[in-house]
Amino acid sequence: MTREPEGWVPPGAGAANAAAPFPGVRAWLHEVFAGRYRHTFARAQQDEEDVVLMLVLSESLGVPNPMSFYAVELMPVVYDRFHAWHRRIGLHRSPLDRISCC
Amino acid sequence: MSSIVLALIGIAMILTGYLLYSRYLANKVYVLESAAVTPAHALNDGVDYVPTNKYILWGHHFTSVAGAAPIVGPAIAVIWGWLPAFLWVTLGTVFFAGAHDMGALWASSRNRGRSMGALSGRYIGARGSNLFLVVIFLLLLMVNAAFAVVISGLLVSTPSAVIPTWGAIAVALVIGQALYRGWASLPVVSVVGVVALYALILLGDQVPVSLPETVLGLPAASAWIVILFVYAGVASVLPVWVLLQPRDYINGLQLFLALGLIYASVIIAAPDIVAPAVNSAVPEGTPGMIPLLFVTIACGAISGFHGMVSSGTSSKQLDKETDARFVGYFGAVGEGLLALGAIVATTAGFATVSAWRETYNEFGAGSVGAFVSGGGAIVQEGLGLPETLSATILATTAILFAATTMDTGVRLQRFVVQEIGEVMGLTLGKGLATVIALAVALGLTFGAGADGSGGMLIWPLFGTTNQLMAGLTLSIVAIMLLRRGRNALVVMVPLVFLLAMTVYALFVQLGTFFSDENWLLFGLDLVILVAAIWVIVESVSAMRSAKSDGPDHDWATEIQRERSSAGTESSGTAS
Repeated sequence: MTREPEGWVPPGAGAANAAAPFPGVRAWLHEVFAGRYRHTFARAQQDEEDVVLMLVLSESLGVPNPMSFYAVELMPVVYDRFHAWHRRIGLHRSPLDRISCC
Repeated sequence: MSSIVLALIGIAMILTGYLLYSRYLANKVYVLESAAVTPAHALNDGVDYVPTNKYILWGHHFTSVAGAAPIVGPAIAVIWGWLPAFLWVTLGTVFFAGAHDMGALWASSRNRGRSMGALSGRYIGARGSNLFLVVIFLLLLMVNAAFAVVISGLLVSTPSAVIPTWGAIAVALVIGQALYRGWASLPVVSVVGVVALYALILLGDQVPVSLPETVLGLPAASAWIVILFVYAGVASVLPVWVLLQPRDYINGLQLFLALGLIYASVIIAAPDIVAPAVNSAVPEGTPGMIPLLFVTIACGAISGFHGMVSSGTSSKQLDKETDARFVGYFGAVGEGLLALGAIVATTAGFATVSAWRETYNEFGAGSVGAFVSGGGAIVQEGLGLPETLSATILATTAILFAATTMDTGVRLQRFVVQEIGEVMGLTLGKGLATVIALAVALGLTFGAGADGSGGMLIWPLFGTTNQLMAGLTLSIVAIMLLRRGRNALVVMVPLVFLLAMTVYALFVQLGTFFSDENWLLFGLDLVILVAAIWVIVESVSAMRSAKSDGPDHDWATEIQRERSSAGTESSGTAS
């Protein structure tokens, strides 16, 4: 799953308006508005997703979680993110035996 | 001398530096390779590490480094005449800032995009990263204190700027909500926002607002300083989309417009420079040009802050390593041009040399106020706007610019306080860290002079700390060059010059504070002096062992080797 590093895109600045007049000006305004804070929003999004990741994988990490049974459904979704996560925290290989993403 | 001629000479010098010197640096010294793997590609995580188009990256890099400092520094330093400031800005940009900013980008991108703090730990030793924390804490402290004083001074001297300054916050809040809730599209909001801001400027021009002489026993300037810090504290803890993001946006558009107005006025009015080339009759009490010039103008000539931005964020977004030349060096060029504009406004925007001398009647007296009156006069002459309106536009522009820097400064200081807490084994919350950041800055501002009058004394100290930071970055770059057997002179010469001037200036100021019996600044000066000597000792010892340490472990080269040897395992990017 690929995540766009867009952060929050203001309404009205998205693709819906691509056909509107002066697309170059719009793109420039959008960059001025969103560019400097793209990182902040992407970081906030990543933090939230890491919490979800932790909840889904809590049993694997050794934390008992009564919701695990229901969270199993989410496993396929988090596999891809899990790979990104363990690389991000500096582990080249998957730290969990049950998930061999690389 | 016509200001246009001076500006053209300056622009030609700086651009020649970009065309020739930065090419030499890129090809022979840093040896930038377009094939080198950059952290953005190897570690792409969609958040910190994102390959970015070089023009867009330059835009973000430049808006992060450009603040009011390249205006304030030259506006104070022209007291020694326009020539010294002009030469330091042009030559400094070409030979100091360009090499420094580009070097910091290169150093970081060859080290997994790590920040200067991490690099000083690696190349200088375990104490290196603590040293870095100390310097950056001092730097942000000075930024916040100095800018609070600058803004409050402008609010007192130009009461017509009070309504647009605070009204801009309301405009930003409304814009933020309008975009978030989808009330209007970005282009509509932009036009409405800028029109509202200029309406506020017109209104402010008609209705100047001055605080009473004393508020709760505080002089007006001090009251503004307290209000500014309270505002900056609140702004720095709000979610960014509520205030900071729309505020940065509308300020950016307004700055763009105002710079257009100013440049158009300079071209139409073509004012002559009235200030002397070298001021032989400086007001009494003005410190010696050497070394003070080199710490009064930091941003615009060389600034350590750029190294932080280069290594903190920009290096993680380089698409190709060769982009470091444009992003780093041209970022310094942009800052140099801004400083050049400030020199023109503060030396050509006066009717006669005696009017200029009247403004610059003591060290620190001209400052940004001279930029507002000088620039205002040029706009008045060029575009025919009424005198007060021109001054209001200039003052509002300068304040909004400075306030953006202060907002960011308080926010960054909070992170530094939290990090220092971590080193000491304490976990500090967002609120407490902000309060500590504000308290030290407020303490310094008032300690320097309760009515804010002593505040300008902080400015050279800010420059000193900034240069110290640059010195730290330059020594890391020098160590990396030495270990690769490259020509390290291009950074060693600026490094030695900078540290010598910094230490010299610290001693000069130490004497001034001692005779003024300003013990707070005396103590602060001593702390910076100790940090400076610490930097020198650590970097000299690291450089002496650089040759014997052997070739540097180069992350980019290693990744490349890894990839070519194990073709199947080359999926370095995170999915």
